[in-house]
Amino acid sequence: MHTQTVAQLAQGLREKRFSSVELTQHFCSRIEELDPIYNAFITLNKDAALAAAAAADQRLASDNATALTGIPIAHKDIFCTLGLRTSCGSRMLDNFIPPYDATVIKRFNEAGAIILGKTNMDEFAMGSSNENSFYGAVKNPWDQTTVPGGSSGGSAAAVAALLAPAATGTDTGGSIRQPAAFCGITGLKPTYGRVSRLGMVAYASSLDQGGPMAHTALDCALLLNTMAGHDPLDSTSAQDPVQDYTQDLEQPLKGLRIGLPREYFGEGLDPGTGACIQAALQELESQGASLVDINLPNSKLTIPAYYIIAPAEASTNLSRYDGVRYGHRCEDPGDLHDLYTRTREEGFGDEVKRRILVGTYALSAGYYDAYYKKAQQARRLISDNFTAAFEQVDIIAGPTTPGTAFPLGAKSDDPVAMYLEDVYTLAVNLAGLPGISVPAGFVDGKPVGLQLIGRHFAEAQLLNVGHRYQQATDWHQQAPVTGGTL
Amino acid sequence: MQWETVIGLEVHLQLATRSKIFSGSPTTFGAEPNTQASAVDLAMPGMLPVLNEQAVRYAVMFGLGIGASIGMRSVFDRKNYFYPDLPKGYQISQFAEPVVGAGKFEIQLEDGGSRQIGITRAHLEEDAGKSLHEDFHGMSGIDLNRAGTPLLEIVSEPDIRNAAEAVAYLKALHSLVIYLGISDGNMAEGSMRCDINISLRPMGSKELGTRAEIKNVNSFRFVERAIRHEFERQAEILESGGRVVQETRLYDADRDETRPMRSKEVANDYRYFPEPDLLPVVIDEAYVEEVRRGLPELPMDKRKRFVEQYQLSAYDASVLSDSPALAAYYETVVRHCSDAKIAANWVQVELMGQLNKHELGINDSPVSAQQLGELIVRILDHSISGKIAKQVFEAMWQGEGNADDIIEARGLKQVSDSGALESMVDEVIASNAAQVEQYLAADEAKRKKLLGFFVGQIMKLSKGQANPQMVNQLLAKKLT
Repeated sequence: MHTQTVAQLAQGLREKRFSSVELTQHFCSRIEELDPIYNAFITLNKDAALAAAAAADQRLASDNATALTGIPIAHKDIFCTLGLRTSCGSRMLDNFIPPYDATVIKRFNEAGAIILGKTNMDEFAMGSSNENSFYGAVKNPWDQTTVPGGSSGGSAAAVAALLAPAATGTDTGGSIRQPAAFCGITGLKPTYGRVSRLGMVAYASSLDQGGPMAHTALDCALLLNTMAGHDPLDSTSAQDPVQDYTQDLEQPLKGLRIGLPREYFGEGLDPGTGACIQAALQELESQGASLVDINLPNSKLTIPAYYIIAPAEASTNLSRYDGVRYGHRCEDPGDLHDLYTRTREEGFGDEVKRRILVGTYALSAGYYDAYYKKAQQARRLISDNFTAAFEQVDIIAGPTTPGTAFPLGAKSDDPVAMYLEDVYTLAVNLAGLPGISVPAGFVDGKPVGLQLIGRHFAEAQLLNVGHRYQQATDWHQQAPVTGGTL
Repeated sequence: MQWETVIGLEVHLQLATRSKIFSGSPTTFGAEPNTQASAVDLAMPGMLPVLNEQAVRYAVMFGLGIGASIGMRSVFDRKNYFYPDLPKGYQISQFAEPVVGAGKFEIQLEDGGSRQIGITRAHLEEDAGKSLHEDFHGMSGIDLNRAGTPLLEIVSEPDIRNAAEAVAYLKALHSLVIYLGISDGNMAEGSMRCDINISLRPMGSKELGTRAEIKNVNSFRFVERAIRHEFERQAEILESGGRVVQETRLYDADRDETRPMRSKEVANDYRYFPEPDLLPVVIDEAYVEEVRRGLPELPMDKRKRFVEQYQLSAYDASVLSDSPALAAYYETVVRHCSDAKIAANWVQVELMGQLNKHELGINDSPVSAQQLGELIVRILDHSISGKIAKQVFEAMWQGEGNADDIIEARGLKQVSDSGALESMVDEVIASNAAQVEQYLAADEAKRKKLLGFFVGQIMKLSKGQANPQMVNQLLAKKLT
């Protein structure tokens, strides 16, 4: 069962080839057996999942089941789950049991999906390697000496290792697409505002966006159908109508204009990765798409702008973790100042502290104009580049990452080298655009991701291109573990 | 040296919305601690603010009420500081683009004059919770019921020159927000709180001196006292050649003094930046017009109308229009007695005197406006004299019924029967021969004075019930 896609499992459930309880039990057993190798899960939700699966089986027997009824899904431990510990990968929330569900979780529950467990992640979604977790690093199932990417590394590894058929992730600067690329799966970062942020622990509010991670574009479409939609409790949630994202998957690519930003194919791109991307582009061309060279001249501003805006927002989003109402509190605080400083010193890891410091500095009196305001201006320029590009082309394509998964520990002492990992993904968040990473080959046995970027709310188009590509290739069907292929 | 005081006020006004500004929790005052705090108010992870539209409407109403420019696009910002009663570690406020821009506000002074006080801006923000330092054995308790209550912070220009003006400004502001119905204005419950910025400069100087800010002064009386104390403190420093330090001070009502706040209580860098969880608030002309059409008659308009329609003095008009309830009471009295001047007198002197004495609001008055109007009618038709009317009013206050019932029951009706009056006049003339002699010998001016003596004697004889006008006429006729 674990070698099947969500679409196949859903069909199996409908045809009564297996029950949701059997399916859920199967994945729980795999996690119990294999996850000690990968460390993809922080919390397994076995008992509640089996109970929910029993209820889903009843619903499947009635006629009000949905495409996801009875399907076990792993959730990044950033989505609050009622009664189930939500740690956000941090010691700060190690003891935090939310009294509410995130809107995304609520929607999956209503669809009858099963919460399999909560996946490992970089602390507060800050990181590109999943090494910044209070619960330890996650190992890439394709090569256990390498990182799975981050911050949704646990979700990516869980799907790649066939411990869950699909997972949720969040993407603030590439945190869905980069781990999807490193782990050889498909990951979609929707348009900012497409998926509700309510109950999703905030890192950088103007950039954070939840999205699906699965084997195929079709599976991502199935998950997005449940996740997307307006939420009156999230003021930044988009009012635009939601479509059935599976509807246009088969559209032929004839006439599609694909923009190739020169800036994404230049210096810094690993040649092997580059070759995989070129091959993928040829495949799309052979299906009738045309390739157009474009420029995104302000790309060089991306990393500096992101690493001011995201930490600035994070520095205040994380102020609430003060040991007063919930979460970690230091032992025997002497006074209020001691309570704050020791609680936060003990509760946060190094990277979180680094970003709080950077963000606090960038917003400080006398520095605001030089840093935060400048960064917002750069963000506008970056966004304008995309707007101009989308007058010439329909989608933009390039590598998701400069290279394949790097060894554990290789960049953990060099924050700037780590930040450079996100050079192709960050701009999408700054511009609020949708982006998808689809498996596009291997270099030395390690997966490569093709990134497709669309106009605002063009998720269906990205999924369509991803799906057509996956109809012609089998990269997404490769699996790093026993069973070989899907 | 003669010093001029320069005062600017920042008023924090709690808006009377049913729910909080960014969550659905109720805003009722006085509930058990932490029973009106939701996951949003507690800043639980992943919780997001949703703006209460009513708070924006109230702010726009206020802006229109002072003729201010309305921010067609206003932006919420985060004001960052750590404090246990501030759950998010930041307050959502408005910094660069407030909902209400510059406006002007006219205040009436007790000497009958008036002044224009400039309003710099007014912006929306959320209130913090409360830290409770007593009853917790050396620890502090946190009550988050108040956290997220909508506040309108109203910032004045440094146009106020003394304590009396400051109080007049606050009273006028209070009156306006009660008229608009945007706040209950209850200062004892903290619905209206005030920070005072105060500095001194030599009389005639144009430059501003260094100011001190006095935080959280919560009654008209304390505002007056805090300003007087701060004036004395700063004048003393300046006169002894010292310099005033720019600082935040606290008014201690128990010790009746201002003192500096501990530096820890004063945050210095709030790191304001636009709140990414909320979109800018964009309103259009149609919205503003719709709000404008719904505005009630405002205190200043009512005051002007009272002056024109009822020929009242500016001061009387301002007292009587202080609250919509009082103004409505007054106008009902006028409607029943048709004499605006006497009605104004009675409402201000007798009625408000009693209300103040018993610490009652106008809505709690035991004498209704109609009852008071009917009483005045009896003065006007000479059924009773003004003096007797006061007795009747006293009885009405005690709940003895309407004016006519009391006059009837107590036999207070004025004696206007000319036969009865004539015999009283004759009696008084007969028993005061010496005064009659004097009167007849006196000139016009002295006669007037002496006439009063005879009137007084007749009033005494009639127990105050003689019709004074008729008594005068009879006396004039007989004393020749």
